Amino acid sequence: MQIQKTDVVIIGAGPVGLFAVFELGLLNMNTHLIDNLDKIGGQCSELYPEKPIYDIPSRLKISAQELVDDLYNQCKAFNPTIHLKQQAEKLERNKNNEWIITTSTGEEIIAKCIVIAAGAGSFVPRKLPLKNIEKYENISVFYSVRDKKIFKNKNILIAGGGDSALDWAIELSNISNVSIVHRRKEFRAAPDSVKKILELEKNNKIKFYYGNIDSLSGQNGKLDKVTIIHENKKFDIESDYLLPFFGLKMELGPIANWNLKLKDNLIEVDTEKFETSIPSIFSIGDINWYPGKLKLILSGFHEAALMSRECFKYCYPDKKLVFRYTTSSKEIHKKLGV
Amino acid sequence: MKGQIIVTDREGKVHELEAEEGYVLMEIIRDAGLPIEAACGGCAACATCHVYVDQEWITSLNLIEDDEESMLDQTFFLKKNSRLSCQIEYKNNLNGIKLTLAPE
Repeated sequence: MQIQKTDVVIIGAGPVGLFAVFELGLLNMNTHLIDNLDKIGGQCSELYPEKPIYDIPSRLKISAQELVDDLYNQCKAFNPTIHLKQQAEKLERNKNNEWIITTSTGEEIIAKCIVIAAGAGSFVPRKLPLKNIEKYENISVFYSVRDKKIFKNKNILIAGGGDSALDWAIELSNISNVSIVHRRKEFRAAPDSVKKILELEKNNKIKFYYGNIDSLSGQNGKLDKVTIIHENKKFDIESDYLLPFFGLKMELGPIANWNLKLKDNLIEVDTEKFETSIPSIFSIGDINWYPGKLKLILSGFHEAALMSRECFKYCYPDKKLVFRYTTSSKEIHKKLGV
Repeated sequence: MKGQIIVTDREGKVHELEAEEGYVLMEIIRDAGLPIEAACGGCAACATCHVYVDQEWITSLNLIEDDEESMLDQTFFLKKNSRLSCQIEYKNNLNGIKLTLAPE
């Protein structure tokens, strides 16, 4: 894979990461964004896109998704390269004292500075908290589907009642024996999918069971049956594969192993440059900590602006940083194409 | 008027926490330093403030709305008395309510 080079890698494409692209761009720095979700926007887009936010300066009311869209429109003049569906995994120094960051899909990016804007952490599938679950994971229990061919003519049990659960149930019902287990016969999913699922069930193409997963049994990671519990009664469903879709949760992930000074799983920074305990690694937004920290989007914006000025020194050690307003700078207008 | 809520943590230890109207249960539990993640900050979008409400108190609570119900869909160790503590506002009639933190 071709090694990519940039000035600054930003981990996390939420509102604060996007605004960091803009602030760094104003000071002539190129950026790459890395995010584990399949879209930009972080929590705003994943958890509550339609919820209104009332404390963004000058916006009486803005939905979380609108905010993300506007932030992207604002920063896109600076052409950030965006790497989605991958986690920032490994961080090393090269001979030139630059950072090499490797993502979970094997992409390598060389940068002078790293900015961690990872919010409440990286979104990862919520795993089944069962004893011995590791034995089955990636053999007969999958939290996402990579190769659906393996499911052909098999007994598939899908757990959950959201879009992922229903989409895969519909898709796999063409090639496998699909059962769904869910705590209620109501689904938080696209109305079309819900309609289709109920039709498939009516036509005996899909089986529906009320309940929650209690335990798994099988051998060498190969599943035989899944025990379901419903209203204190247990029963078994013969299953070759189990696909639990219980949404996503957030965790710090590999960043926890980067030897940064942490406080209660947050990254300690100073309040002048928002630099971490390791020089040229910065942290902004909800994931950082300093005395008086307020977890607000607007705090993250402020932090992005100050952080960018320090990044400039690492990226352009010989250049003087001139402070310019966007209202009057011709150079900035040119960059923004206005 | 100040009251209290009684919370059993995951080790079985019982905590009596001071409670006041105007706060939701998640906030009272979180601000007392008990290990409740509440990742989304209280908008029924993450299910990490899952608690069990003692049976006798269930009927005193506000009903479960759509958002909460669909987050409970993503929760393990679900029981009949499962609630998201961010969706329950403390009122004086809940003085003495007993809760147990659900496993993580």
